[in-house]
Amino acid sequence: MAKTIMTADDSTSVRQMVSFTLREAGYQVVEAVDGKDALSKIKSSPVHMLITDLNMPNLDGIGLIRSIRSGSSCKFIPIIMLTTESQAEKKMAGKAAGATGWIVKPFKPDQLLAVVKKVLG
Amino acid sequence: MTENHRTTYKEEATELLADLEASLLELEENPEDTEIIGRVFRCLHTIKGSGAMFGFDDIAAFTHEVETTFDLIREGKMAVTGELIGITLSTCDHIRSLLEASDGGPEPDKQHGDGLIASLKKLMPGIPDSSPPEDPEQIDETSNEDFANPEALEVTYRIRFRPERHLLTTGFNPILLLNELREFGPCKVVALIKEIPPLDEIDPEECYTYWDVILTTAHGTNAIKDIFIFIEDVCELTIDIIDDGETTEEEEPPKIIPPNHKRLGEILVEKGDLRPEHINKALSAQKPIGQLLMEAGVVDAGLIESACAEQAHIKEVRRSRQVNETISTVRVPADRLDTLVNLVGELVTVQARLSQLAALENHSEIISVAEEVERLTEDLRDNVMNIRMVPIGTTFNKFKRLVRDLSAELGKNVVLETVGAETELDKTVIERLNDPLIHLIRNSVDHGIEAPGAREAVGKPPHGTVRISATHSGAFVLIQITDDGAGLDKEAIRDKAVAKGLISPDVELSEKDIFSLIFTPGFSTAEKLTSISGRGVGMDVVKRNIEALRGSIEIESRKGAGTLITLKLPLTLAIIDGLLVKVGQGQFIIPLPIVQECVELTPVEKARSNGRDLAYVRGDIVPYIRLRERFLINGQVPDIEQIIITGACAGKVGLVVDQVIGERQTVIKNLGKLFQHVEDISGATILGDGKVALILDVPKLVEAEIDVSQGTCIH
Repeated sequence: MAKTIMTADDSTSVRQMVSFTLREAGYQVVEAVDGKDALSKIKSSPVHMLITDLNMPNLDGIGLIRSIRSGSSCKFIPIIMLTTESQAEKKMAGKAAGATGWIVKPFKPDQLLAVVKKVLG
Repeated sequence: MTENHRTTYKEEATELLADLEASLLELEENPEDTEIIGRVFRCLHTIKGSGAMFGFDDIAAFTHEVETTFDLIREGKMAVTGELIGITLSTCDHIRSLLEASDGGPEPDKQHGDGLIASLKKLMPGIPDSSPPEDPEQIDETSNEDFANPEALEVTYRIRFRPERHLLTTGFNPILLLNELREFGPCKVVALIKEIPPLDEIDPEECYTYWDVILTTAHGTNAIKDIFIFIEDVCELTIDIIDDGETTEEEEPPKIIPPNHKRLGEILVEKGDLRPEHINKALSAQKPIGQLLMEAGVVDAGLIESACAEQAHIKEVRRSRQVNETISTVRVPADRLDTLVNLVGELVTVQARLSQLAALENHSEIISVAEEVERLTEDLRDNVMNIRMVPIGTTFNKFKRLVRDLSAELGKNVVLETVGAETELDKTVIERLNDPLIHLIRNSVDHGIEAPGAREAVGKPPHGTVRISATHSGAFVLIQITDDGAGLDKEAIRDKAVAKGLISPDVELSEKDIFSLIFTPGFSTAEKLTSISGRGVGMDVVKRNIEALRGSIEIESRKGAGTLITLKLPLTLAIIDGLLVKVGQGQFIIPLPIVQECVELTPVEKARSNGRDLAYVRGDIVPYIRLRERFLINGQVPDIEQIIITGACAGKVGLVVDQVIGERQTVIKNLGKLFQHVEDISGATILGDGKVALILDVPKLVEAEIDVSQGTCIH
């Protein structure tokens, strides 16, 4: 049945757009408002994939990725980070932390779905 | 992008601006507080990032400049001053007026905005000019990659993809990459596994395998590289072009130049010291180059395999390029094909006799001829069967119309997706599949998919989707019908079955058992009868039809999420591979595709199950049916009997026989009219010695047994 994807972003509009696009494509979506929220939600019920923003209060994207990769039940899930052009170093940091891939903001729904398909199958 | 999202963005941006102002005022009090600086930056970043996403390009561009300033502050390259706070607060106002303008407010003064940016830049330490604001159009680089151009030549690439060991810890699944490559065109993948350490040294979190891929595609090198974009720095990737797609002149094999001296063998033969067949024998013992290299230890088996795959692939590509120009088809009436199949059937029977005779005579030359005939017959059989194969796509197309008409009639909005239209099945199977499929699709549209209003109420898109897909799976074809409708209601089905007296109220049933109640004759859960379905005949007929094709049907469903129906069908009907077994003097054929394994039934084992017909196979409890009792066969029971474990039904079921003789190609002959009511036997076949073996219809056999043994049967 449908795979579950988490979107972690402090921007409601981005979260809403990501959720909407993914739900239209038949995925189940869990939303998280920041890294801390994401981590606690993942711990209570694992997801198949994570799409996370990098700049978030409480726990940022890099910290979130690092925590997930350091041995939870979701250690091997694909993680996609949302970056902007001006964040080349952030991108490197995210990859070093264990992100699977990235999407450059702004993006279109089709691009999002293409990347999800690429890493989730 | 829908208006809904834009509205959400506007609300969010207004909140963010309020946050931003509060943070700026706080920052004025504590200009060194990095946490507040971070918060300011984040607000700006979100306003910019989301703005660009939802088409507020002016806001994105303007905010980008302000964000750049705070990026510098965050990195400690610029100090927070009262002046800076003042200008930034004015930029907030400007962003707000930009937001209002998009709501129909007055157009903000662009010069005012530019002025603000200019004064911010003046505060920046020694930076002449910041980079121009990013152009959102420019960023969708990935979508503009060079698409496969049908006119473009198909080029063959050799790709070696060698991920670093820790690839898996980045959440990347290399299989998906290989699948993406496969979507590009004909592709051969060889896994190189020599670096996998012995089992006790393996770290399961590491990726030891690497891959050689030979790919023929019209996509360019860059498109291939794009597949690997996320992992380009954690893998070694080499892409070489090994065939550029130009039609080459048929390369002449290098002529063997006759040497102007005689070869050693020739001299020996001439002198009568040696016979030509001796030379041939000696030469045939020569090993292929790959094997020699492997023995010399310079390469390993994987690399040889990869090179051989490349050789074969290139050969195939070049051959098909030449064939393409001359391909043609012949139309033949179907009955000629049927005759051909019958003849092949006879031939298979005769060949079986020949093999048996040859084995009896024990004459080596006859045996070798018989083996040759056997091989040719098998090839012939497969080829003839292939001719009868037709793609299922034409049937699928009919369904599109069906779904369109149905949804119009029912006032629903349903889209039919089809996958695997090129999957081939025996013509007869496809013809006889038509009605059951129509019924299943009708059910999905009528009962499965909800009315548009009901769908929207539960947050689903208003249009429902029915997807029908066909895939090969071994000797079977799987046809799946999925819908994203309401799903089956377990409780409703159960209650109905109880009300109709199909089951007793206190029976415990698994989900699967409950769903299979639907196939019981006279069962219908529709509360409202429509003109299309719901008459309570159908699903049991569907099941019977599918089983008549020696197939099976299964349902999975989740309430609210949809239903998945899987049909499993044999590729062909006329000739099957069977397992020949013996009980007393009787011989039976069990269709090989459903046979999972054969185990012995020893007296000890029999004693252990206390007279209940259960065997323990590696911890599993497998019920079995004793064919001897079932078919009332007399005679001496051997000490050790054999259980053939089959997987035709819901679970594993064993069949107990005296002896397993072996695999046989089985030509199915129908039983005569007299026996048409015999349920456990689907047909008969003639064996090599002229005897007849009966073909068991295992699902029926099992079903009948359940009927006899328990009243709570659900079928």
